[in-house]
This record gives sequence, C-alpha cells and structure tokens, in this order.
Amino acid sequence: MTKTDDGLSATRRLILQGAGAVALVVLGSAFGNLPFGLAPAFAAANDKYPEEAFKAKSEADAIKALYGKTPEASDKVKVDAPEIAENGAVVPVSVTTTLPDVTSISFLVTENPVVLVASYKIPAGTMPSVGNRIKMAKTSNVIVVVEAGGKLYSATKEVKVTVGGCGG
Amino acid sequence: MASTIRVRATSSGETTEVQALIQHPMESGFVKDAKGEIIPPHFIQQLTFEYGGKPVFVADWGGGISKDPYVKFAFKGGKKGDDLKVSWIDNKGASDTTTAKIQ
Repeated sequence: MTKTDDGLSATRRLILQGAGAVALVVLGSAFGNLPFGLAPAFAAANDKYPEEAFKAKSEADAIKALYGKTPEASDKVKVDAPEIAENGAVVPVSVTTTLPDVTSISFLVTENPVVLVASYKIPAGTMPSVGNRIKMAKTSNVIVVVEAGGKLYSATKEVKVTVGGCGG
Repeated sequence: MASTIRVRATSSGETTEVQALIQHPMESGFVKDAKGEIIPPHFIQQLTFEYGGKPVFVADWGGGISKDPYVKFAFKGGKKGDDLKVSWIDNKGASDTTTAKIQ
C-alpha cells in the first residue's frame, strides 16, 4: 500500500487552523477517561460506542446488546475467511452480501474472551462489504451479522487456528 | 509527528474504494507480558471516515481487532481530488485525524 503524500501536510493544516475537531482531540487526550459521549463533534453522527456489547461473553448477549434482535441464517451473507489460520493474531476476514438496505455489519468470534470483535455502521450509499483483520484465541466459529432493512441475518464460518492470538 | 493513519482512496468513477492501515498496539487486555503481568487494554474504539461532511463508514472496534489494524470498504460517489477525512479515538482517549485525497 502506498502512503498518501498529503497526509502529513493535511494534519499540519488542520492544526494551524485550530479546527474544532483537533481542539477536542487535545481535550480528549488531556482527560484520558473522558466518557466517549462527551466528544460528539469528533465521533461523527452521534454514533455512540456500544460499550455493553463489547463486554458480552456470548454471541447471543453481544447481538442482543447491539441490535436487540436475533438473526436468522442467510446464504446471502458471504464470509471470506481462511479454513486454517496459522497465526490467530492476524486472521483476514471479509464479508459481502447481496441483501439490500444494509445498515450494519458485525463480526463475532465465539471462542474469544470478548466475542464481539467489530461492528461497522453502513450509511446509505456505502457498499455492504467490509474487510478487516481479527484476532482469534483458538479454533472457533466466526459469525457475521448483517442488519438489512431492519432485520438481522447471519453467516457462520469455522476457522481452525494453529497458534492462538491471545498468547502474546 | 507523522500520522498513525495511512489511507488510500481510489475512485473508479462510480464508487470509491478505501483501504486504511493504522499504527496502534490494539492490546486486548487478555495478554500477559514476559513477567506474567496482564498488559492493560489499549485499543481503538471508533474509527470514522467522512466524505463531504458526512460519515461514509464508522467502525466500532474491540480488542479483538489485530494489531496495526487494516480495514477495507467502498462507497458510492467520491470524486478524484476530493478530501476523505479519517479519524480514530481509543479507549484511553487518544486520537488521530488525517485527510486523504481521493485518487
């Protein structure tokens, strides 16, 4: 991947302008424990971080905390993950779906100490397709939940892990 | 300080594909160090991509995302030369922001 040339100068420009967002960032850094909700200008669109969902120990609890609903399995959700991951610390997983009106996509790993790994908000106009790299403690099911048209759909894929991602 | 965010946004005309790589330890809080002491959790909680003043993608992350996280997505629209703003905040309140030009 190539580096964007203007990354640094753009940052400098922002600081010079004393942009509100940067001021907030500095404020946030100064008060390390600032509750996330207090920085709405920085966190776009008032999207609150789902604290509770990221504490859940089971996939059912995490999905409930996130969406308050139960998903149904769907073959329209395609999960791309390796059959065997040699290194559980970095497992590339991506998902695409043909479902319309997708608003959210979440990744869960059933055997991880915290099952919810990531939850992505998909605004209108953004493609229902996400790729990321996740940690897996051991061989486990990866569950992808897609929220589309107010309903929940899921797909599950087992990934065998030979070296866990939580051993340091 | 150099930005922790490396982002590449490429427009194909109809859609813009975005790939981002961020330097961050992403400590889950479940890993022990060599002395057997737990390394405290330190991970990015929210990563936001904005185009034209509106969010086009928001990631809520836990400690289960790999170190130096990578994410890929695409959105409709996005013109070459336009700005894409990327920002993250972690569980300790640290953050970073950068703006990339769509290529």
